[in-house]
Amino acid sequence: MKILVGIKRVVDYNVRVRVLPDGSGVDTDGVKMSVNPFDEIALEEALRIKEAGNAEEVVVVSAGGDECQQQLRTGLAMGADRAIQIRTDGPIQPLAAARALLKIVEREEPGLVILGKQAIDDDNNQTGQMLAALWDRPQATFASKVVLDGDKATVTREVDAGLETIEVDLPAVITTDLRLNEPRFVKLPDIMKAKRKPLDTVEFGELGVETGPDLQIGSHSPPPQRQKGIMVDSAEALVKELKNRGLL
Amino acid sequence: MSKILIVAEHDGSALNISTAKCVSCAQAIGGDIDIAVLGQGIDAVAAEAAKLNGVNRVVSVSAAQLEHPLAANWAPEVAALADDYTHLLGPSTTFGKDLMPRVAALLGVNQFSDVMEVQDDGSFKRPIYAGNAIIEVRAPEGTKVVMTVRTASWSQAEAGGSADVESREASTGGAGHTRWVGLQSGGDGERPDLQSAPMVVSGGRALGSAEKFEVIYQFADKLGAAVGASRAAVDAGYVPNDMQVGQTGKIIAPDLYWAFGISGAIQHITGIKDAGTIVAVNKDAEAPIFEVADIGLVGDLFTVIPEIEEQLG
Ligand SMILES: Cc1cc2nc3c(=O)[nH]c(=O)nc-3n(C[C@H](O)[C@H](O)[C@H](O)COP(=O)(O)OP(=O)(O)OC[C@H]3O[C@@H](n4cnc5c(N)ncnc54)[C@H](O)[C@@H]3O)c2cc1C
Ligand SMILES: Nc1ncnc2c1ncn2[C@@H]1O[C@H](COP(=O)(O)O)[C@@H](O)[C@H]1O
Repeated sequence: MKILVGIKRVVDYNVRVRVLPDGSGVDTDGVKMSVNPFDEIALEEALRIKEAGNAEEVVVVSAGGDECQQQLRTGLAMGADRAIQIRTDGPIQPLAAARALLKIVEREEPGLVILGKQAIDDDNNQTGQMLAALWDRPQATFASKVVLDGDKATVTREVDAGLETIEVDLPAVITTDLRLNEPRFVKLPDIMKAKRKPLDTVEFGELGVETGPDLQIGSHSPPPQRQKGIMVDSAEALVKELKNRGLL
Repeated sequence: MSKILIVAEHDGSALNISTAKCVSCAQAIGGDIDIAVLGQGIDAVAAEAAKLNGVNRVVSVSAAQLEHPLAANWAPEVAALADDYTHLLGPSTTFGKDLMPRVAALLGVNQFSDVMEVQDDGSFKRPIYAGNAIIEVRAPEGTKVVMTVRTASWSQAEAGGSADVESREASTGGAGHTRWVGLQSGGDGERPDLQSAPMVVSGGRALGSAEKFEVIYQFADKLGAAVGASRAAVDAGYVPNDMQVGQTGKIIAPDLYWAFGISGAIQHITGIKDAGTIVAVNKDAEAPIFEVADIGLVGDLFTVIPEIEEQLG
């Protein structure tokens, strides 16, 4: 079986993102970029499935400008066998990403596609579900445990009410939640080795998919600020303050 | 005029409060508001939905394959209802986040995720970058709007109405490739619900163990509050996953939020920004949580909590 893993290049989760003064976007100049954390978890899961003997090949795929090759190289250094870049001019929205991923799925015929549950830049949480819909295959979103058994997978999902378990026939799309695993660290020799692994580029425009209809992104604004609070120096003062405000 | 369909979230016997919040968002859009109740044996849920103020009609679809909210079975059914509507709304809970993008893809549109404000019937505000930026997003002319509603931004529509309930046959047969196995609920069901409680007490990594987390539970019980946690506390196994508050957990808006031993990472803060009042107790005076706290106290939570309890009598 082959596993396809989606990787998105995003602003690192440690960066405090700021809105540009003119509201045209957020400041990404010179900011650290990383593999979307949920996609690292997705790749780690794929590698573990391969290491357990349940898959032969792990392919990472990213849609983006040439910068995203960096994140694909990180994926290769983590242990992916091969990488595919879907070259786009600018950012694409989830429906276009799902359509493009479907084209790669049709070429590669993976038994499993693992994506992150959300990209932490746009926080959309859509692409995996959309890919599953367009592919007409099962989706197991927000996975915290995946058990493979032949042509089936049993997936535990983190839902608001607790942990839900579903069983899906393969091929299927799984999206990862935080507690699925802890991704491995990349070692220096692996980075060297990754340079020799294949990275193919296909043009988005040659896949024969449409982008639209795209939502029109308007102005960006900083979130409303909370009023500056006060510090108290004892439990007594704290309780008094809360009582004064009618909260206790 | 807009024709809005809300997909109800429920557990088979009662409506989740997220549905009443979607009704408020729908009212802000303006137009006719219908609610779709999918499931099996859902007459009671449909009747409850019909009572929400502002609702025009409830469409109920009962079928064996809809018993559990499996997106693969539900999405085609929702998409089949979509013809009559301009807007399809679901809550931004794990239920809606799982289902609505699948519906959107079947309808060939992108989804508006986590809508927090309505500007007009085609323009909405939503957070990105863990709430560090708010963007205005507009639907292209003539396209259907599919959205999830950020529940913490909306109040619940009141009960008091009496809409008609219309039962329809399922028009799809169920995918067959996806089967529901079971649900293991995290909490004991005794405490108030984290997503709707007016008061929430949360603990972080500082609690140190599941045993020591008891001080949080006891304090919360004393106040009649719900209990939450940071990701670090969940990862470390002190508490179950359904208690995580934050960007990738639950986004909540209680009147009063207590954060004990939580540093205040942006991913946590984004889940409590809409709280009325935030109280933080942390032994590190430099902890970022104090930047958002309305009332802060520097101290060791294990001594501060008993002191507060004593003050409360
Ligand atoms: C993609 C992604 C998504 C994430 N999503 C979430 C999310 O949804 N929710 C979330 O919470 N986090 C999330 N995180 C994690 C987040 O970045 C932080 O790591 C996490 O919130 C830290 O939890 P904490 O504050 O409990 O632990 P720490 O950061 O370790 O803080 C512990 C605090 O306790 C204080 N302390 C220690 N002992 C005591 C004592 N005895 N008395 C009082 N104070 C004490 C310390 O001073 C410290 O400030 C996410 C991270 C990533 C990368
Ligand atoms: N441009 C992209 N290239 C590759 N994978 C993507 C891309 N956009 C989204 N994904 C995948 O879809 C997941 C969810 O993204 P989103 O729906 O944008 O929140 C991500 O975690 C990735 O695994």
